[in-house]
Amino acid sequence: MSEVAIRCEGLGKRYRIGPRERYYALRDTIAGAMYAPFRGLSRLVNPRSAGNHPQSNNTIWALKDVSFEIKQGEVVGIIGRNGAGKSTLLKILSRITEPTEGTAEIHGRVGSLLEVGTGFHPELTGRENIYLNGAILGMRKAEIVRKFDEIVAFAEVEKFIDTPVKHYSSGMYMRLAFAVAAHLESDIMLVDEVLAVGDAAFQKKCLGKMGDVAKEGRTVLFVSHNIVAILGLCQRAILFDHGRVLEDGVSQNVVGQYLQAIEKTTDLPLANRLDRQGNQALSFVTFELRDSNGAPIPRVYSGQDVIIALIYRSNTSRPLKDVHVAIGVHGRFDETLFHLSTSVNGFEFEKVPPKGMILCKIPRLPLQPGRYSLNVYCTVAGDIADWIQNAGVFEVEAGDFFGSGKLPPADQGVFMVPHSWKISSTENS
Amino acid sequence: MTTAIKESSARKADPERTLVQTHEREPGRGRPTLLIRPSRGWAALDLADLWHYRELIYFLTWRDIKVRYKQTVLGGAWAILQPFLTMVVFSVFFGRLAGIPSDGLPYPIFAYCALLPWQLFAHALTESSNSLVANERLITKVYFPRLVVPISAVLAGLLDFLVAFVVLIGMMMYYHIRPTAAVWTVPLFLLLAVGAALGVGLWLSALNVQYRDVRYTIPFLTQFWLFLTPVAYPSTLVPVSWRALYGLNPMAGVVEGFRWALLGKTEGPGALLAVSVAITIVMLVGGLYYFRRMEKTFADVV
Repeated sequence: MSEVAIRCEGLGKRYRIGPRERYYALRDTIAGAMYAPFRGLSRLVNPRSAGNHPQSNNTIWALKDVSFEIKQGEVVGIIGRNGAGKSTLLKILSRITEPTEGTAEIHGRVGSLLEVGTGFHPELTGRENIYLNGAILGMRKAEIVRKFDEIVAFAEVEKFIDTPVKHYSSGMYMRLAFAVAAHLESDIMLVDEVLAVGDAAFQKKCLGKMGDVAKEGRTVLFVSHNIVAILGLCQRAILFDHGRVLEDGVSQNVVGQYLQAIEKTTDLPLANRLDRQGNQALSFVTFELRDSNGAPIPRVYSGQDVIIALIYRSNTSRPLKDVHVAIGVHGRFDETLFHLSTSVNGFEFEKVPPKGMILCKIPRLPLQPGRYSLNVYCTVAGDIADWIQNAGVFEVEAGDFFGSGKLPPADQGVFMVPHSWKISSTENS
Repeated sequence: MTTAIKESSARKADPERTLVQTHEREPGRGRPTLLIRPSRGWAALDLADLWHYRELIYFLTWRDIKVRYKQTVLGGAWAILQPFLTMVVFSVFFGRLAGIPSDGLPYPIFAYCALLPWQLFAHALTESSNSLVANERLITKVYFPRLVVPISAVLAGLLDFLVAFVVLIGMMMYYHIRPTAAVWTVPLFLLLAVGAALGVGLWLSALNVQYRDVRYTIPFLTQFWLFLTPVAYPSTLVPVSWRALYGLNPMAGVVEGFRWALLGKTEGPGALLAVSVAITIVMLVGGLYYFRRMEKTFADVV
């Protein structure tokens, strides 16, 4: 099986950015037509001139000079930061949008899964949505009929199959949506981040199904931020950065490169980070680790009382209300280890001054030695105010977590858990 | 619009300006081969691809029908109430108070018979024009020939028409109107109405993706168009010398055709109908090509 499934040569996609990207009021065209009648009206029939002015610098290449070849049966992970061009690539390969330049050759029937549940209608029942969604994904009616029971069983919604999906729990909804897509018969699967949704059990099930698909000898192109999933499923990975292929090879190596690249961004002070989301009603300026006396420390030890300090500013001079903060701690594969959150532990900030410092204390840090990274997240009045992924990294060094005078062995998991032992006899006396 | 078309085909030589996606299926092999590249010039209609996706047209039409009257108390009765109540209003104000002639037919059935194709047309036009924007999720996440969307939006209106048609049959019995052999031409006029709605709908839906002004224009458009169509009045009010020109409104041909085919009193719509058919074909073919040309940017712009 060394036949080529996908071959891309010099693929590029240019988008126009800026305020005019989405709407072009008809009056603009008409007004333009008064000055230059033909040029203005030609926008109506000439799609490129409507959206793109190549000479202006309001354009951005979402994808540039992308070339690679994927053999039949290969399972390839596509990784890269937000905006690296991964989704644009899948959109071009699944024919949703056209490339601006270059060619792509695809041998085999393509099933693309850029989103699960596309076209689901809340008023329709589970049964009706299976047919509708199947047809949208390109399945024939006969194919859907044949797979119907399998889909329902996979989604575990037998009892509710004739209930409108608007009454489904979000878990059921996602399961049904994924089930339809997973049963699409195709030679090539293009999958985008579908595993980022749903609960852990569902994600595990999806990953299992993806693994099966890969074993059947189908070609899979899999975009994900979930590095663990990529390592588990794909032998090969392609790293994208700013629309270009940065690295292409064995997934372990490529993932390593990616993780290094992520760390580099964490050198940047939080205040200067641009890769953040939210309305910035409150924004993080710096992050620091402190010991229990409040003194900044460069590194921490297992078992130490640690304070994570987040210095922030806001865009008003008045105190803020209804502020919630969360910190996600991630391990070396960018997998979430735990989550520290005011909305979960029930804490409410009484007064939030317009500028200040948020402190989160972790008594007896239960982490094994290693390198960890943080995501910081904050909402004000229910809206996301600031959200930075990989906001910072910190090193944990071996420490006497158990207070036993001994250092725990390295490479024994991620966490240390306080525990005690006891012994009793089971001999009959 | 014709100027614009000429203008841009003159530019075809400029490769930067034109792109169309070509996809070729290799015949005779198990695995189809697809070539994706920037396209040039005006795209072919590729009706084969559309035919390949015929089941999707069916399912989207079926969805629109299923969902339309969900969570309404009266449900499908709306399909009857809309033309029927309009007919009552027209009969009172135009028929009774204004005394508008009705070609010797009872005014209520004169108006109702015209309202059926009119409402089919107006509804199909509105729905198809908004269809691409309404189905934005589909367009940005899945590939299929985009023509599927406005086509199924138009087709979904046919069921309402059929339901309301039953009332017309009842009214014909009430007024003792026996249809002549001309009744067999009704499907053709229906086809003309659907074709006209699709022709305009294709232009407007593609424009709506880029210019949301279209959405706000449509209610006015349908209102003006109603006055330009002999629904509340007979086309005999239009001077004979202008009659053929009047056919430039394809709905004039459709409405007069319906009255002729079903109620039989009026004379066959000769020249007027010919003009209507011709203009419908021009609009439809033009709309198809325009739509195909704009199609490639839908996912980026919508």
